[in-house]
Amino acid sequence: MTSTPVAAPIDTDVARPGTTKTARVKKRLTSRGATIVSLIIAVLWTLPTFGLFISSFRPEEEIKGNGWWTIFANPGFTLDNYSEVLLSSSASSPQLGEYFVNSLAIAIPATIFPLVLAAMAAYAFAWIKFRGSGALFVFIFALQIVPLQLALIPLLQIFSGILQPFQESVGDALNIPTSNYLQIWIAHTIFALPLAIFLLHNFISEIPGEVIEAARVDGASHGQVFLRIIIPLAIPALASFAIFQFLWVWNDLLVALIFSGGTSEAAPLTQRLAELTGSRGQEWQRLTAAAFVSLVVPLIVFFSLQRYFVRGLLAGSTKG
Amino acid sequence: MASVTFDKATRLYPGSTRPAVDALDLDVADGEFLVLVGPSGCGKSTSLRMLAGLEEINDGRVLIGDRDVTDVPPKDRDIAMVFQNYALYPHMTVAENMGFALKIAGVSKDERATRVLEAARLLDLEPYLGRKPKALSGGQRQRVAMGRAIVRQPQVFLMDEPLSNLDAKLRVQTRTQIASLQRRLGVTTVYVTHDQTEALTMGDRIAVLKDGVLQQVGTPRDLYAAPVNVFVAGFIGSPAMNLFDVDVVDGGLKFGTAVAKVDRETLGATKAKKVTIGVRPEDVKVATSGAGLPVNVDVVEELGADGYLYGHSEIDGKRVDIVVRVDGRNHPSAGDKVFITPEPDHIHAFDTETGLRLTKKAIEAK
Repeated sequence: MTSTPVAAPIDTDVARPGTTKTARVKKRLTSRGATIVSLIIAVLWTLPTFGLFISSFRPEEEIKGNGWWTIFANPGFTLDNYSEVLLSSSASSPQLGEYFVNSLAIAIPATIFPLVLAAMAAYAFAWIKFRGSGALFVFIFALQIVPLQLALIPLLQIFSGILQPFQESVGDALNIPTSNYLQIWIAHTIFALPLAIFLLHNFISEIPGEVIEAARVDGASHGQVFLRIIIPLAIPALASFAIFQFLWVWNDLLVALIFSGGTSEAAPLTQRLAELTGSRGQEWQRLTAAAFVSLVVPLIVFFSLQRYFVRGLLAGSTKG
Repeated sequence: MASVTFDKATRLYPGSTRPAVDALDLDVADGEFLVLVGPSGCGKSTSLRMLAGLEEINDGRVLIGDRDVTDVPPKDRDIAMVFQNYALYPHMTVAENMGFALKIAGVSKDERATRVLEAARLLDLEPYLGRKPKALSGGQRQRVAMGRAIVRQPQVFLMDEPLSNLDAKLRVQTRTQIASLQRRLGVTTVYVTHDQTEALTMGDRIAVLKDGVLQQVGTPRDLYAAPVNVFVAGFIGSPAMNLFDVDVVDGGLKFGTAVAKVDRETLGATKAKKVTIGVRPEDVKVATSGAGLPVNVDVVEELGADGYLYGHSEIDGKRVDIVVRVDGRNHPSAGDKVFITPEPDHIHAFDTETGLRLTKKAIEAK
């Protein structure tokens, strides 16, 4: 507690509210005009989905003959599209329910694997000092530049050359059926990792260093710090990445089509929906209903995880 | 409980040429409260973090008890640390925060609860055990951070400016609580602060650091009465000691129109024509006329019982600021001209070149 020799009057220049740049921007963004503009954008954005929804309940001839906005001029309501999508089956392709299970069997592990690996990698990059960590981090994120399509053929070669024989021999030895899930899981995990590590690293490195040091002084090893401190505090980031990854895998057709081996055994919903339009795409009216069927799960995932998008989980850890 | 020894411990940050902590030699006795104090950037926090194992030790050794912990990771050092910003675990309740170290150590649930409750009682935290840190005030968070350290029953407490985020009144209150708690528990404590008042009031001994180099270690009284150099003299004490250069004259030191008598022994230690003289504000006599150093009064700070007179004088054409403690009821006012003379037994003389103390022993201590 030192006292200043001469108490000179301090020139206080308090900014008046509303004059700072951020305050101006904030004011403009919350004005009535801005609200109306954003409303219009929102309506325009949802309009096609809404139209698709209406169409999905219209008979085939109506869908192919005129637009959904003429619903009142050409009334007609049917659940045919839904029944065709949900119930139709053939010798080569079973009912949609089976594909639903396939999609879940692909999407859940293909979300969890990259999430776990990326969280561990992000912790290591953020809080463990080792030589070349900076360069390695940049290198991993640079892999994001490589287009997914470029990796498909080499990956398929590796899978059929190394993974498949191995898988088959293990399957024979243990007498269990082997499917192509493993290939799809690995492919999705590989493609997701660079971005996942980058996003999670950014979040995890923002956790106050003192908290981690406190845990280390309290006797925690790296594993314990990761499980008991990092994971609970990184839940918002983990949840948002999980949603993105799940939706991406759920909606993916390309990767699944290539690695599922073309059989119904491992093919996801998207692959079946593509087949539903018929060999020449003549049955495209079915896609209206199919879109909403496949939308159900992503909506459930989004709404059940969105409560983790809360801010201020770190509040109270340190001062301020 | 154990002693702590720094043996030429050095920390050199990569890319820097000057060590942040330079060959620190320091012994902290078992159960002692040692305060590391210095201006910001002096290496006091780095020293503490070296002891905690959070900072690499580039050279030298650090010992806790007889055990060399130089290369031991923090989790195996059996220490507890209180951080400046508390560093509570935001997702855990107060009880979980305090019990975390015990949980990691594999202490049974029942014993954990008992020990947490015990520590909570000690710190008046019982009603808050179920709350999350964000629902606590700054003072309560600070106490949780203390509690987390106490529950551990560690060999050494490390505290890194734990009071700097509290308001002035709470800081003074908590200061006393921590000091008395430490004496009650008898755990060796190393406490870092930049506030010399905290250092003087809390420490059994104080270590003053500057630029990574240890300046002086001693009891608060030692440091106040006999600072080893100009830096310690100016750093310890509030308001700071008056320090200025004066001429050496026959029989003493030139002090304006007066001559301040100083031991012959003291002046014999230097052949220089000038020495740096240090006089604490309370060791100055003020007169309105007569011999002494003429001082123009700029302002007088009223503190009730006392007042502090801030003024300036000129020595050899250089402006010198002077602080003097005066009587609270009867003192000169701003704009006055007064003459000051130092109390003869309370003059600190330092070598102008090296800044080292010339007066060998603490004059007051006789």
